[in-house]
Formats: sequence, C-alpha cells, structure tokens
Amino acid sequence: MNPKRKQRLYLTVFLFLVAGGVTALLIQISGENMNMFYPPKDVVSGNAPVGERLRAGGMVMDGSVIRSTQNLGVTFVLTDHQGAEFSVRYTGILPDLFREGQGILVEGQLNNDGVLEATEVLAKHDENYMPPELMELQTAEQQQTPEPVMSAYPSSSMPLPQSSSDDS
Amino acid sequence: MVSEALKRLWHKLGSPRWFFALTTPWVTGLGCAALILLLWGTVWGLAFAPADYQQGNSFRIMYVHVPAAMLAQSLYIGMGVAGFVGLVWRMKLADVAISASLPLGMLVTALALFSGSVWGAPTWGSWWEWDGRTVSTLVLFFLYVGIFALREAILDSTLRARASALIAMVGTINIPIIKYSVEWWNTLHQPASFSLTEKPAMPSEMWLPLLVMALGFYCFAAFVVLLRMRAEILQREMHARWVMQWITERRVA
Repeated sequence: MNPKRKQRLYLTVFLFLVAGGVTALLIQISGENMNMFYPPKDVVSGNAPVGERLRAGGMVMDGSVIRSTQNLGVTFVLTDHQGAEFSVRYTGILPDLFREGQGILVEGQLNNDGVLEATEVLAKHDENYMPPELMELQTAEQQQTPEPVMSAYPSSSMPLPQSSSDDS
Repeated sequence: MVSEALKRLWHKLGSPRWFFALTTPWVTGLGCAALILLLWGTVWGLAFAPADYQQGNSFRIMYVHVPAAMLAQSLYIGMGVAGFVGLVWRMKLADVAISASLPLGMLVTALALFSGSVWGAPTWGSWWEWDGRTVSTLVLFFLYVGIFALREAILDSTLRARASALIAMVGTINIPIIKYSVEWWNTLHQPASFSLTEKPAMPSEMWLPLLVMALGFYCFAAFVVLLRMRAEILQREMHARWVMQWITERRVA
C-alpha cells in the first residue's frame, strides 16, 4: 500500500472511531431517558415522578381487571411478577391484545395514591409466534409440567386462553 | 496464493469495464430468482402459513416488514463499506455502488416504517410510538434522505463522491443501535425472533415463508442495484471505446 493511501486509511479509521466514540458517549449520557417506559419496580419505589406525564409498563395481573358497567372505564393492576405492582385507571377503548397476563404500556399521570390515571393503553407483544392449535397443545403440556416455555418478561407465565375472562 | 488472487481481484474491481463484463450474465438470473421467490413467499406467507394464536392474521405483515427492515439495514451497511473503500482507495466503482443503492435503500426503509406502522395500529393500539427501535429506524431513513439530497446538491463529482462516502461510512454507527435498541432499552417493539445461535421463536411453517421472502427481497435488491450500477457505468464511460463497442454489438444482435 502506498504511503498516501495508508495515511488516508488511518485518517478514515480514526474519523470513524471518533464518531463511534462520541455516539457511544451520547447514548451513555442519555441513559435512563432512552427507555420508553418505567417498569413496575420504579413506579412502586417512587423513581417515577408523580403528577407528570409518563409511561409505565408491566404485565396485567390475573384476575385484576374490573370493568365499569356504565361506561368504558376499567381498572387493572400491572405487575412484574416479582412483587412490584401498581393500579391503573383508564377510560377508553383497549387494544385487541389487551388481556390478563399480557404485557401492557400505559401513558398517563401517577396520582398521590400511586394509581396511574392512564390516557392511553398500548399492548406489547413478544417475539414468539405460534399457530393456535400448537398453542393449545403447549398449554396442555404446560399444565402437566409447570415449567414456562416462553415469556415476554422474565418470570412471567404464558397467558392461558381460559384465563382471559375479560374479553366477553 | 489466495492472497495473490484476492489482490488481483481487488485491482480488477478498480475497472468499471471489468465489473460490467463480469455482471452481464447475472442480471437475468437475479431478476428471475427475485420474481419467483417473491411470488412464492407472498402466496405461502399470506395464504398458507397458519395464523398466530395471539395476533391472528395481522402477524402476516411480518412477511413484508421483516425483510424490508433487514434489507434497509443491509443496503446501508453495503453503502458504508463502499464509502470506506471510496475514501481510502478512491475507487470509482464505490461511488457508483453508493449512488445505485441509495434510492432502493430509501424506499425499503420507508416500507419498513410504513408496514411497521400498519402492524402497530391493530396490535399495539398505536400507529407510531417513540421507542428506541422506531426512532433509530427513522434516523436510518433520514440518513438515506440526507445523502440523497447531498448528492443532488453538490455538482462537483469528486466532492460529491467524498461527501456521500463519508456520511455513508459514519452513518453505519446507527446500525448496531437499531439492532440492539430492543435489548439496551425498554421498548414497545418486541425483541428479535431470530438469531444466529438460537432456533427461531416460531415454528417452521411460519418462518420458512419468511426465509423465502427475505431471499426474494435480497435477490430483488441485487437485481436493482446491479442494473443501476451498470447503467451508471455506461453513462460515466460514455466516451470510452468499449462502451461504443458494446452498443454496436447489441445493435447487431
């Protein structure tokens, strides 16, 4: 390689490394701000600001969904299945994938009682896809051996079809 | 021995004429392969693959969304490598490759964003959310648009080649950010279903059509990029004798 080309090579690699380093530092500094939502742990421990618009996420706790009989109001509990949980109050249309056991994002304000008054509810789905017949088969197997096959969040069990009593 | 052969290939790559002659027989094959694979994958994925237990039929958007997103990033990596080669070795072909991949890259990134949006509306309950994956993909789109605009704005061809090569190369920093955004941060977007080391998070009757679609997208990209590169080579070497010769030969045939 001729010296001039070598010099260009060094300069180019140097430039690339500097740009990469700057980006890495910027990402490092942004830290928490890059996260889209607070996990239940942060909401319970008070890391999430009260009275400000924020997003929080978790799994809908089994049996916690209570629907109003008069309007579209609904309350439910979001949990990380590791002890941290908080209540959410919401009035509006829920996404199709909303059900007990599902990963959910809510946007709204935390009030002083630690209840999140949500203005928006989003469903998060995991990276696993499966035909319904296979799903039933696996659920049946799972009931015999209680080992979780797949999960969107650590230590969460699969949403069982019969547990989704909320879609009636 | 191998290094000698590689060195010779490297030097040959500096000749647009050699590249043109080499790729002539590839074009038709790639075009046909793309057509067959895309048709096959579309019918298989949309009509025969089973529906998802949770999302029903809307998960089929995956058969467009995933290959489009893969290709959007692959094309950018290709441009970044071409940019690096262009900056260090001043190879003409590198700039040809960048200008040939740009419009397609821009389009498939737009397709990935759009199909993601259409998928997000029924499953997430929102057309657009600002999470790590969506924002970094939007940045990728803006990088494509930026280089495209820059190339239109700079008239001097040497400067144009150098400027776009630099942005293409530096912009590749965004690619690992897109890839790992779903692991580094809490995002609404789900993590990857596929990896090199683990088996896919879906049965084969779901991922095989996806594989066919992905191959189809890549063949289509290779086809389009090659066609555009060849057209640009002809345009740049318009006054060279071999181009004249090629044209007269085609007229006779």
